[in-house]
Amino acid sequence: MFGTLSYNKQKMIIIISFLLIPLLLLATFTYYPALKLIYYSFTNWDGYSPEKPWVGLDNYREVFSNPDIFKVFVHNFAYFVMGVVQNIVAIYFAVVLNSKLRGRNGFRIMLFLPYIMNGVAVAFMFGYVFDTTNGSLNLFLNNIGLTSLAQTSWLGTEGLVNYSLASTGFWRFMGYNMVIYIASLQAIPRDIYEAAKIDGAGSFQTLWRVTLPNMKAVIQLNLFLTVTGALEVFDLPFVLTKGGPAGASQTYVQRVVETAFAYNNYGLASAMSIILLFFVVIVLLLQQLVLSRGGDK
Amino acid sequence: MAHTKFRFVDFIKYFSLLIGVFVVLFPPYVVVVNAFKSTDEFNSSSSMALPKSFLNFDNFVAVFQRGGLLSGFGNVLVIIIITLTLNILFGTMVAYVLGRFSFKMKPVVFGAYLVATIIPSITTQVATFGIIKNMGLYNTLGAPIVLYIGADVIQIILYLQFIRNIPVDLDESAMVEGASLFKIYRSIIFPLLTPATATLVILKTISIYNDMYIPYLYMPKQSLGVVTTILMRFQGVNSGEWNLICAAILLILLPTVVLYFFLQRYIFEGVTSGAVK
Repeated sequence: MFGTLSYNKQKMIIIISFLLIPLLLLATFTYYPALKLIYYSFTNWDGYSPEKPWVGLDNYREVFSNPDIFKVFVHNFAYFVMGVVQNIVAIYFAVVLNSKLRGRNGFRIMLFLPYIMNGVAVAFMFGYVFDTTNGSLNLFLNNIGLTSLAQTSWLGTEGLVNYSLASTGFWRFMGYNMVIYIASLQAIPRDIYEAAKIDGAGSFQTLWRVTLPNMKAVIQLNLFLTVTGALEVFDLPFVLTKGGPAGASQTYVQRVVETAFAYNNYGLASAMSIILLFFVVIVLLLQQLVLSRGGDK
Repeated sequence: MAHTKFRFVDFIKYFSLLIGVFVVLFPPYVVVVNAFKSTDEFNSSSSMALPKSFLNFDNFVAVFQRGGLLSGFGNVLVIIIITLTLNILFGTMVAYVLGRFSFKMKPVVFGAYLVATIIPSITTQVATFGIIKNMGLYNTLGAPIVLYIGADVIQIILYLQFIRNIPVDLDESAMVEGASLFKIYRSIIFPLLTPATATLVILKTISIYNDMYIPYLYMPKQSLGVVTTILMRFQGVNSGEWNLICAAILLILLPTVVLYFFLQRYIFEGVTSGAVK
């Protein structure tokens, strides 16, 4: 029956029927919530009552005027710092593993391993590693003679807790960045290296002038992921420290979730989400700007 | 002279790689050795010491009996199977339409998938929550399923790369023989996308298995725990009993680690193809 229709008609039917459910899903669970979020952000809805009182820009004013809310971005900053270090280490290992080396596939497999591990299990695993009295990190530090460091409360010290958590993120995602960098290194044409060699470039010169510039796009992609990842950290502190001690490791998204689901302040939480989305878009635009300027040179 | 310099560089390379591997393996090592210790042994031995015996499975038995881990594995398996079946179907359908036909709205459709990636899905749950409740899916396995089945842009890009490599001649010669476009999708495109599908099945299995937030938010019911939420509950009840928790951690890590060692080639392909292109 369907086969007897002309191909033009078939094409129409296929396009519509094949896209219908997928686009409906996309609309229902991505765009419709995003639009609702914008609407909620102008109300002080509590999440269950039928009426959603309109409050205009009050929620946005609250976010920008309440220093408590913006202060948590200081905690997110630790993840950004560790994320940058993570990318540098990932590039280093990618370059090393892209050279002639015995057992390089084995090393690649080992370094990528944490990425596929269950995040909650990893969080608890580090909860144990970081434990002050029973923890194996302090025991290890003690064993190698760093006794003064071995008393540290890694998750209980306000200035330190975010870096401890962020280093867990480093542990989990460095291999992921590395694998992407390795792929981008392998995509660099060999003749560029041969030309550099003929021109008498040393290995560091080659790295600086040939390898890194050719990885620019991928480095930028990874940095974008790092920045947005740092802005959107949630599960690690949520599982491991519940934001403690005394809120010192609470991240922005954790605060959004708490505002909505624990304090039933959906309006404020929505405004906070919209502001986060806005930041992500700004990062993206800045990156595009830098990228296109770099392309003009 | 040049010879010794060469060897020094190699030394640095191997030394740093070994440090990297040590850092990667240290936390899992601690978990493995303590998972096999009885409470007395755990309290009296160093947390880095090997257990007396690797045949002491008491902690693992306790995790299954007290923690209900088996139902967690069962629930997550049901979610994965239903989600992946539908997701692969929808993903290949979208990719077939975008990869083989040209029509006015095509850039809009692709753009809609692309823009969706920058919307932080964690925070939009504030609004999604009401939708799921209204659909009557709250506290059912349906909630994570409907939230996972939609195709994402990485999946579509991966499929489009594969479709581009399937010669259009194949479609055309099937048309000459009178095959319908649906038949072309079903018996040419879908089967030839199998390598990409394999990669996606593995990656999505791992990411659904590892997800905590969606099951935590939408399935608080005791009987609907998945491995991540069950681990969280188990840790809450048994906090401080690290030997038990280590056993639970180990049991939950094992499936993806085993999957990874057997199928790493597909995983690397999937991870890199989305990002580098």
